[in-house]
Amino acid sequence: MIDIGGVQKEISLELLDDVAVGDYVVVHVGYALSRLNEEEAQNTLALFAELDGSQE
Amino acid sequence: MTGAMQYVDEYRDGELARHLSGKIAKEVHAERQYRFMEFCGGHTHAIFRYGIADLLPPGVKLIHGPGCPVCVLPIGRIDSAIALAKNPRVILATYADMMRVPGSHFANLIRARAEGADVRMIYSAADALNIARENPAREVVFFAIGFETTTPPTALAVRQAKCDGLANFSVFCNHVLTPPALRGILDEPDAMLDGVIGPSHVSAVIGTGAYEFVAKDYGKPVVIAGFEPLDVMQAVLMLVRQVNSAHAVIENEYVRAVGAEGNMKAQALMDEVFELRESFEWRGLGWLPWSARKLKPDYAEFDAEARFGMSHHAVPEPKACECGDILRGVRSPKDCKVFGTACTPEHPIGACMVSSEGACAAYFSYGRYRAA
Repeated sequence: MIDIGGVQKEISLELLDDVAVGDYVVVHVGYALSRLNEEEAQNTLALFAELDGSQE
Repeated sequence: MTGAMQYVDEYRDGELARHLSGKIAKEVHAERQYRFMEFCGGHTHAIFRYGIADLLPPGVKLIHGPGCPVCVLPIGRIDSAIALAKNPRVILATYADMMRVPGSHFANLIRARAEGADVRMIYSAADALNIARENPAREVVFFAIGFETTTPPTALAVRQAKCDGLANFSVFCNHVLTPPALRGILDEPDAMLDGVIGPSHVSAVIGTGAYEFVAKDYGKPVVIAGFEPLDVMQAVLMLVRQVNSAHAVIENEYVRAVGAEGNMKAQALMDEVFELRESFEWRGLGWLPWSARKLKPDYAEFDAEARFGMSHHAVPEPKACECGDILRGVRSPKDCKVFGTACTPEHPIGACMVSSEGACAAYFSYGRYRAA
């Protein structure tokens, strides 16, 4: 069972191993394709906000 | 009530979008053009919906690619599906997007259904299996379409059907592959691309490694990007930086969901059930070698093409429709004479106007009043 912005929906986890309750997943036509890495998600958000245009 | 969506809303933040817009503007070289293709229809939709083109400097052009699954299916395959649906023994199950795609003489599956064909819209491949179980006296054919995202679920359905001995189930397989289509685009000299924005969900399945040939064989950079507007803008910035420093490597902006190897379980499943077709016809791109899948001999009993003796006839596109050139990235929807007049989402002439992922439909919904 997943929650999409408040809408509950049953999806299949047959294509992913080791998914736990509370994980975020990428869903396509009713199947979870990939688990979201929350640390990387935060890193990407931080990258957007970087002040300086120069490369690391 | 729908609530906020974590890991979605943050990637749509307006202030960060303006910040990224400023960074891109600062880094582009005024004397040159940057032509980047977003391969995937999901990105095309996001670009129009969020007005991303308006946040980019005039030198940066986004070219819409062929990654809209219903758009690239040639008319001949649609005609075959409609003919199959008209067989009174058959229930044809398919994704909603396929229902309005025009075949020859503007026929489509909605019209076929109105004329008595049994066509069912489904949300997932598993629904087609359920219809087969509930209708043992009928032949249930899953009209399967899509790239590497919809292929693994079809593979699961076929394997389940074999396991359960579900003899009245079969698949009209039209699954296609992203890398050969990208090759088809890059072999097209008119496209003149400086880089590619790689798909989100497809890449979650096939991994970033699948794009190495773009850098190696064509000397072009790829940045795999998430579907949200800030993802697309960050990918544009990364591409601009590569072009400016004369680099061509595969980078990944969508690290939160995509790895180098992709989803190996899904890949193994596709390899178990499917093999590659020597050649497959694409709308706009013509016949591309090794670009689509069919069922392996072990699963041939579930192949609708064999079961119903179907054969493929190439059918020319309607003359007025520029869908083919639009899918190859050499024309934009506004170059098409019938766009928004004879061809609208209500009455589509070409497939690009049907799906929300199609360039024409996205342009019609969000972009048609923009100044060119």
